[in-house]
Amino acid sequence: MAQFDLRLQDIHNGLKDKQFSVSELTEASFKRIADTDSAVQAFLTLNEEGARAQAAELDKQLQAGGERGLLFGLPAGIKDNIVTEGLRTTCASQFLRNYDPIYDATVVRKLKAAQSVAIGKLNMDEFAMGGSNENSSFFATRNPWNTEYVPGGSSGGSAASVAAGQVYFSLGSDTGGSIRQPASYCGIVGLKPTYGLVSRFGLVAFASSLDQIGPLTKNVEDSAYVLQAIAGYDQMDSTSANVEIPDYTSALTGDVKGLRIGVPKEYMGQGVDPKVKEAVLAALKVYESLGATWEEVSMPHTEYAVATYYLLASSEASSNLARFDGVRYGVRAENPENLIDLYRKSRSEGFGSEVKRRIMLGTYALSSGYYDAYYKKAQQVRTLIKRDFDQAFEKYDILIGPTAPTTAFRIGEQVGDPLTMYLNDILTIPVSLAGVPAVSIPCGLAEGMPVGLQIIGKAFDESTVLRAAHAFEQNTDHHKARPQL
Amino acid sequence: MSITTNDVQHVANLARLALTDEEKETFTGQLNAILKYAEKLNELNTDGVEPTSHVLPLANVMRADEVRQSLSIEAVLRNAPDEEDGQIKVPAVLE
Repeated sequence: MAQFDLRLQDIHNGLKDKQFSVSELTEASFKRIADTDSAVQAFLTLNEEGARAQAAELDKQLQAGGERGLLFGLPAGIKDNIVTEGLRTTCASQFLRNYDPIYDATVVRKLKAAQSVAIGKLNMDEFAMGGSNENSSFFATRNPWNTEYVPGGSSGGSAASVAAGQVYFSLGSDTGGSIRQPASYCGIVGLKPTYGLVSRFGLVAFASSLDQIGPLTKNVEDSAYVLQAIAGYDQMDSTSANVEIPDYTSALTGDVKGLRIGVPKEYMGQGVDPKVKEAVLAALKVYESLGATWEEVSMPHTEYAVATYYLLASSEASSNLARFDGVRYGVRAENPENLIDLYRKSRSEGFGSEVKRRIMLGTYALSSGYYDAYYKKAQQVRTLIKRDFDQAFEKYDILIGPTAPTTAFRIGEQVGDPLTMYLNDILTIPVSLAGVPAVSIPCGLAEGMPVGLQIIGKAFDESTVLRAAHAFEQNTDHHKARPQL
Repeated sequence: MSITTNDVQHVANLARLALTDEEKETFTGQLNAILKYAEKLNELNTDGVEPTSHVLPLANVMRADEVRQSLSIEAVLRNAPDEEDGQIKVPAVLE
């Protein structure tokens, strides 16, 4: 996939100068998928007919000349919990195995307006619940760096597909780390924007106070371009923020002189693999050499984040997933005794065990007699966790730590133990609870598997996060490493 | 606080899930482990701490009460498992 290793600007010029066409880029994407997806298994649905028709149309427009946006003609993958009109959207659940959306998510509409080509829909943990893609009800996506390892999750297909060079970029969603952790495991760039920066209209809701859509790309510059295309207020999402959207690429100056970096000591503590720690410390040396300063900071409520998250996210999920009742869409069980029985049977047949587990946990936490002890308590602790961030950002411009405590683990290794699986998200969850932006970028390999560096910023300060990430990238080669498939 | 298989059955009813006996047993064990871990939050004194339901300072977002285009009946029924005369069909609710 020679073209996919080009910089975005070079693809743009290549199309403009007719070195290659949009149809050729589209075919290159499908060819790469045909060659590699039996091993990686990133795609649930391919949009072959639609993508080819769109590519032909875009090529016609190219012939006519004129200026095109930078995402013009680029093959993109979409996580399968983002609805696409007329293109099957399953959330990797049997419940929605034949769901044919009647509208486009706002981000999809925006990518269409930017004239990117939607290649297909990417695998994930069912309803975005999981961190390994093993909870997909169809099949488990594999890590392109070693197909015996998980790609991470829940946006595992989105990360694996970009790492494998099947698409130029992809969209994922992040509730507790679901963009950043798979980006880390697959050695690519994954950005979770500030809560509310990107419209969630058309994102199948998991935990509404946490969910956020973001880009997965091979480098930071591409991340800035895709973010530019999808960010912004949307009247269809009343929780989208009505804020001024800056020019993200103009922030990529390479200059981090005087940048004040806080390194949460809890993010480098027990449970973090020494090799991961080593890679993060080496990255901090790079920042030092570029004129930034760093020191340790304490985020004392970090250890409470995972418990807080699983109570809140599961509670919100139990409410959000109540809509899947077998009446208006999705599967309907045969021969129900009555309406209640129809709900019960349809949901039991349609949902996998992790989804049921979280619905059960959330329903319990919200049920009469337990609400104050679990749900309200967790909301209060969320306030304390958010205060840790507010205080740290009084002193520092960004925070840096690992994205995940370890590199990718083997398929099947953690399946029987949900709690251990949940603890993989210990470094991404606090950020989600605070609603602030963070990016994971490659910062080296440990025993052949990628390590992710997490850069966390103030709310709506994606510019500084991207500037810091880009400066690191410009001075290192980690982002150039590619898996051999 | 530890939950029993009966509690799991009660919660499953609330959540409109039909669990097999095996699922009930597995979930009882797993939910107990998760809830035991969650009790960690009791180490923190949260007296007087405001709960955070949402990080954005937003409340009651309203829009003008204007007629907008809505979906066609055909589009709305496209994914309906059962329909009749332009309406979604479900088992009888009333005798």
